[in-house]
Amino acid sequence: MAHKKNRNVAIIGVGQTKHSSHREDVNQPEMIHEAVSAALKDANLSIKDIDCIVHGNMELFEMIHQPDLWHVLGTGAYGKDSIRITTGGTVGTTLACASDNLVASGMYDIVMAIGFEKLQEGHTTGGITNMADPLWFRNLQTGALTGSTAYDVIQEFGEDRAKRAAMMYRIVMDKHACLNPNAHRAFGLDFDQVETLMNTSPQLVGELRLIHMCSQSDGACAVIFACEKKAKELSKKPVWIRDHITIHREETFNIFGYHKDFPVLKTHKFAAEQLFKRNDIKNPLEYFDVFEMYDPAAWWGLDWLRDFFFLKGDEHLRLVENKEIMIGGSMPINPSGGVIATNPIGATALLRVAEAALQVRGDAGAHQIPKEVKHALASGFGGTMWTVLMMLEKELSW
Amino acid sequence: MQKRVAICAVAQIKNDPNLWYARFQNMLLECFEGIMQQTKVSFDMEKGIRTVITCSDDVWDARTISNNGMTDVVGAHFRGEEKMAQESLNGLGYAIASILSGHDDVILYMGHMKESQTESRNMCTNLAFDPFYCRPLGMDFVNVNALQARAYMEKSGVTEKHLAKIVVRSRQKAKGNPFARENEAIKEEDVMKSPLLADPLRQLHYYPATDWAFGMLLCSEERVKEFTDKPVWITGYASCMDSYFLGDKDLTSNFSLKNATERALKKAGIKDVKKDIQLFELCDHAAYQLPMWAEGIGLAKEGNGGKWIDDGGMDEFNVNMSGGMLNGNPLLLGGAARAIECFYQLRGEAGKRQVKGAKRALAQSTYGAAGQHQAVVIFEV
Repeated sequence: MAHKKNRNVAIIGVGQTKHSSHREDVNQPEMIHEAVSAALKDANLSIKDIDCIVHGNMELFEMIHQPDLWHVLGTGAYGKDSIRITTGGTVGTTLACASDNLVASGMYDIVMAIGFEKLQEGHTTGGITNMADPLWFRNLQTGALTGSTAYDVIQEFGEDRAKRAAMMYRIVMDKHACLNPNAHRAFGLDFDQVETLMNTSPQLVGELRLIHMCSQSDGACAVIFACEKKAKELSKKPVWIRDHITIHREETFNIFGYHKDFPVLKTHKFAAEQLFKRNDIKNPLEYFDVFEMYDPAAWWGLDWLRDFFFLKGDEHLRLVENKEIMIGGSMPINPSGGVIATNPIGATALLRVAEAALQVRGDAGAHQIPKEVKHALASGFGGTMWTVLMMLEKELSW
Repeated sequence: MQKRVAICAVAQIKNDPNLWYARFQNMLLECFEGIMQQTKVSFDMEKGIRTVITCSDDVWDARTISNNGMTDVVGAHFRGEEKMAQESLNGLGYAIASILSGHDDVILYMGHMKESQTESRNMCTNLAFDPFYCRPLGMDFVNVNALQARAYMEKSGVTEKHLAKIVVRSRQKAKGNPFARENEAIKEEDVMKSPLLADPLRQLHYYPATDWAFGMLLCSEERVKEFTDKPVWITGYASCMDSYFLGDKDLTSNFSLKNATERALKKAGIKDVKKDIQLFELCDHAAYQLPMWAEGIGLAKEGNGGKWIDDGGMDEFNVNMSGGMLNGNPLLLGGAARAIECFYQLRGEAGKRQVKGAKRALAQSTYGAAGQHQAVVIFEV
């Protein structure tokens, strides 16, 4: 049984910028305009065809209050309905969910979601540290750098196997990024470097090393959503939104009194269980053809595979060790190179949706996976371990 | 719109100049408990609240992802939580879209703003200006509103005397609103003698910094009986964005408000704003805005704001019976405050300020310099 909806919605255009650590050649509206123009060109539309603009990023990263006001020069929102929604790192997928809701509601026929970040103009770790409660937790914060997952995986599977698997994951992502012309970091790493990197890359927090961690990027992404009637009229290859779910959780972590027999319930697992249950998907690993996952660090990417796909024991490690997560594998993860390669935070989760849509269309170019993509999954991550999941389909067949 | 969405219940704390003894979580918890008591709604994954929409602002809270601190007290633990990072009336627009989409049939919408915590609200709004050209000039919403006020007063014959009349009326009306900020009663001379903020805006022409929080429960038409016998229906919503740079637009044009109003009325199937709507709540950050937005909505003829006040337009059309923003609501929650007043009035629960027989109401809100972005919501019973 599919989740009920007032009307069907499809993605009919995607656009993104080249992502880089320093887009000093453009200001924020100009950078956004690159993604907006690319999305309109991709959909063969003009800005006049868009009914509503949905905008999002984190205000305190660039210290622009209500940036959609300034960005009207680049978003094309002049004279249009527009809303601004932000939910931390998940904001990109929230923009996609919001656009889906706005179109499905019947209030708008065509909506454009725009996520952006120009992290070189702010201080990301400072900004994220500022998220924590000022009285109790701010002084304990390490920004986005979290080493506890590495500790957990090492405890469970032993130091050598855990460190090798995490580095394998990292190198697969780099191999994918090298195929994506818009990716930020594309080093050209190879599997014979596993041993060297897992021992020599500088440590950030415990076994979370520099090479495991995502970059700070500048970039923007725009995605155009249309109602079923318009999508069929305007697009030869609409990508249908089947369902989406958002699961946030409390601000305060259970960081003390941790016991492995009583693990903290993860939003990833809860979100996946709820979403797949209401869409009657019993074996997600079999059902989905590709997964664009918000993986801010290699340890997290490795660990979260288990939660999203309901894997048991060391199945998630074996997926990585056997290279099944590569573009030609049984479950390709992040053919784009993922977040580890490219992370303009407000755009990052929307890029997951955009890249999943390109895979369904077969338009991903050099990083297109070789088999037909009928069912794609995209995720957003942010806040204090929050999750958003979106399911994309080639056919309106559920 | 194809269907209507119901507001089933509202909760709020009293508007206050400085809630020094309460964190924003405390403010929200009071509202959350109010909604739970009124509606007995649950957080069951099938039948209860799956999605909470919140409204807050990172700059004013001085916290990145400021909704992170709200999650615990709005029931969003292991539920969806989406933050409106714009003026609060737009959150209402997004809430109704979430319900009309079929994705959710019950939405909890909550927001907070604690203006007393900021060192200077002008420093906050200065950050809305682009960092290259405008921010270094020291622009903020007060001095930009002053530019608009001067231009509008020239165009529409609005005088210092008119502005004083608007402010005095705001405080009189607020006396009948138990949730309004408590301000001293003033006379027109007090307004006209109050210190200049930025010519022609005086201190008493401008909304006072305020702390406030609210909650609302919304649901689909099919499920309304589970939560209330007296729903207030939202039948129209629209917004519109104007140009950013002040030199790119006529500051007195009302371009974005006219568009937003026209689109919202069309969705609600309303032809004559003056005849078909009995109550108007406008976001008057500054006194000159009340007649200006009245022109934009179509209550006053364009360029006739001064005469409209002289002719008793504010009372004739039941404008801001709550006291409005001039009496004190936080900057980005003015729209939610307006919507809540419409809710009380249409339910016949507005006490001393009740407008008899009101069947339809309009709430307007704006944000950005000189009313760049405008939103309009239509309510019915």
